[in-house]
Amino acid sequence: MKALVAVKRVIDYNVKIRVKADKSGVETQNVKMSMNPFDEIGVEEALRLREKGIVSEIIVVSLGIAQCQETIRTALAMGADRGILVQTEAELQPLAVAKLLKAVILEEKPELVILGKQAIDDDSNQTGQMLSALLGWPQATFASKLTIADGQAEVTREVDGGLETISIKLPAVVTTDLRLNEPRYASLPNIMKAKKKPIAVTTPEALGVDVSPRLKVLKVEEPSKRQAGQKVGSVEELVDKLKNEARVI
Amino acid sequence: MPVLVLAEHDNAALKPATLNAVAAAKELGGDIHILVAGRDCRAPAEAAAKIAGAAKVLLADDPTYDHGLAENVAPLVARLAEGYSHVLAPATTSGKNLMPRVAALLDVMQISDISAVVSPDTFVRPIYAGNALATVQSADRVKIITVRGTAFPPVEATGGSAPIEPVAATGPAGLSQFLRAELSKSERPELTAARIVISGGRGMQSGDNFHLLEKVADKLGAAVGASRAAVDAGFVPNDYQVGQTGKIVAPELYIAVGISGAIQHLAGMKDSKVIVAINKDEEAPIFQIADYGLVGDLFKILPELEAELERRQ
Repeated sequence: MKALVAVKRVIDYNVKIRVKADKSGVETQNVKMSMNPFDEIGVEEALRLREKGIVSEIIVVSLGIAQCQETIRTALAMGADRGILVQTEAELQPLAVAKLLKAVILEEKPELVILGKQAIDDDSNQTGQMLSALLGWPQATFASKLTIADGQAEVTREVDGGLETISIKLPAVVTTDLRLNEPRYASLPNIMKAKKKPIAVTTPEALGVDVSPRLKVLKVEEPSKRQAGQKVGSVEELVDKLKNEARVI
Repeated sequence: MPVLVLAEHDNAALKPATLNAVAAAKELGGDIHILVAGRDCRAPAEAAAKIAGAAKVLLADDPTYDHGLAENVAPLVARLAEGYSHVLAPATTSGKNLMPRVAALLDVMQISDISAVVSPDTFVRPIYAGNALATVQSADRVKIITVRGTAFPPVEATGGSAPIEPVAATGPAGLSQFLRAELSKSERPELTAARIVISGGRGMQSGDNFHLLEKVADKLGAAVGASRAAVDAGFVPNDYQVGQTGKIVAPELYIAVGISGAIQHLAGMKDSKVIVAINKDEEAPIFQIADYGLVGDLFKILPELEAELERRQ
C-alpha cells in the first residue's frame, strides 16, 4: 500500500524564538528551520512499515513557501520515495492544510496517511483530525504503537490516563506521539541519492482549494517572564521558606 | 445564543477539567449548556446538572458513545453545534482528539488551547511552547474551542440544578473500535488538578528511584510527574509527562527534581505559583525560573526532605 506523510517546516526546536517588535508574529528571518519533530517520527514510521513489506511507496507532502522543498528533501534523504510540494506564499491554517492534503490524497489514493500530532510552532494539534473528518476516514491520534494487518490498523494511543488501544479500518489517518519511534539520521549516500528523487510542485489554485485564513492574528506578544528566585543552602531552609515565606505547605 | 460545553467524564464520574471549561464559557455570555455523551452516563450528567451556572444538561446516552470515539461523537456535536455561538471542550487528550473533527465537519477553524477570553470572538492562545502568546479573532459562525484548564480557575461543582434533557443519538460511524485501555492507577491526586506536584527528570536515573519522590509526594499530598526525558528513558509511563506535548500543570507548588529545564518542559509548568528546583548542576536552566533553588545530590536531598517534612508534621 501507499503511505503519505505530511511534513511541516518549522523553526528548529533548539532555537529560542523572538517575538517581532511590531507584535505581528515571530521572527523567522535568519533562523534555523527544520522538519517538525513529530513529522520526522511520521516519516520514520512509514519507513519501518516499508521495511516490513507493508508499505510499498512513501510520498512526502509539504505545504508552504518554496523552501519547504528542503524539508521534503530531508524526508527523501531518510528514505521516502518522492515528494509533493503545495507551494504558496499564503498563510496556511490547519483547516486549509487539511483541505489541501485531502485534494492531494484523492489523487494519490494512499491507504495510510501519517501526520505529526502537532506542529511545535503554532501548537494547534488539529490537522490530522480535520483531514480524517473531511475524508470520512477514521483517525488514530497520539499514536505510540502502530500495527497493520488485514485492512485494519491497531493503534495504541497516549491518553491522559495512560494508554488506549483502538482498531481502525484502512484507509485511515494516524498522528504520531513522541514514543512511536526514534527517527533515523540520513546517511551521506542517502542524502546524495535524495537529490535525484522527484518532487512535484502544485498550488492551492491548481487543487481548487480556498485557503483564506479563518483566524485573524491580531497580535503576538511575549508572555510575562518569571524572575529567578533565591538559592537556599539546605533542606531545612527550603522547608522553612515554603512554610513561612511562600506559605504553600 | 447559548454556549455548549462538552463534559469530560468516564461514564461513572465527571472529571474536574469540565469545571475549568465552564469557567471559560462563563466569560462568553449566554446560557451554558453541558453535553454529556457516553454510555450509561447518568451519574456524570447528574453531577453536571449541579455545576454552578449550568442552565441545561444534554444527555446523549448510547452505546455508540462509549469510550468517546471521535468518529462517533463528532457528528453528534456537529449536529448540536448549529444552535450555539460557541462549543468548548477541555484541552485534554479527549478534547484535542474530538474537537478538530467537529470543526472540520462544520467547516470552521478551531481555536486551540485558549488561555484567555478577550471578547466573544477574540481569544489568547499560547504558541511556540508558551514562549509567545497570540491574540486571534475568529469570523466563523460557531466558535469551536479547546480550553487550557490551568488558565481558568474552576467554577463551583455544586449550587446548580439544571434540567437534564435527553438528545437523540447519531448512529455509529462504523470506522473505529475500542479494544482496551491500560490506565495508570494511583491513590495520589490527578496531575492537572493537584495543589502540589513533584516531578522527576533524567537525574532520577531509574524508575525504581521514583519511590524517593513518591515518599515526599505522600508527605505533601502531591501528585507525581516527570519530564519527557524520564518518560522517554522508560522510568515512568507517558501519563506522568509534564510539558508542551504532555500535561500542562499550574499548581500552588511545583517541585522539579533532577530536571534541567528544557523549553518543552517549562512550557508545561511555568505558570505554577511557586517553583522549587533541586539539581546538582547549578547552571541548569530550571534555576532561572525557580523561586527556590537547592543545588545538590537529589539522592541525599530527597530522603532529607522526607525526614524534614515528617519532623514538622
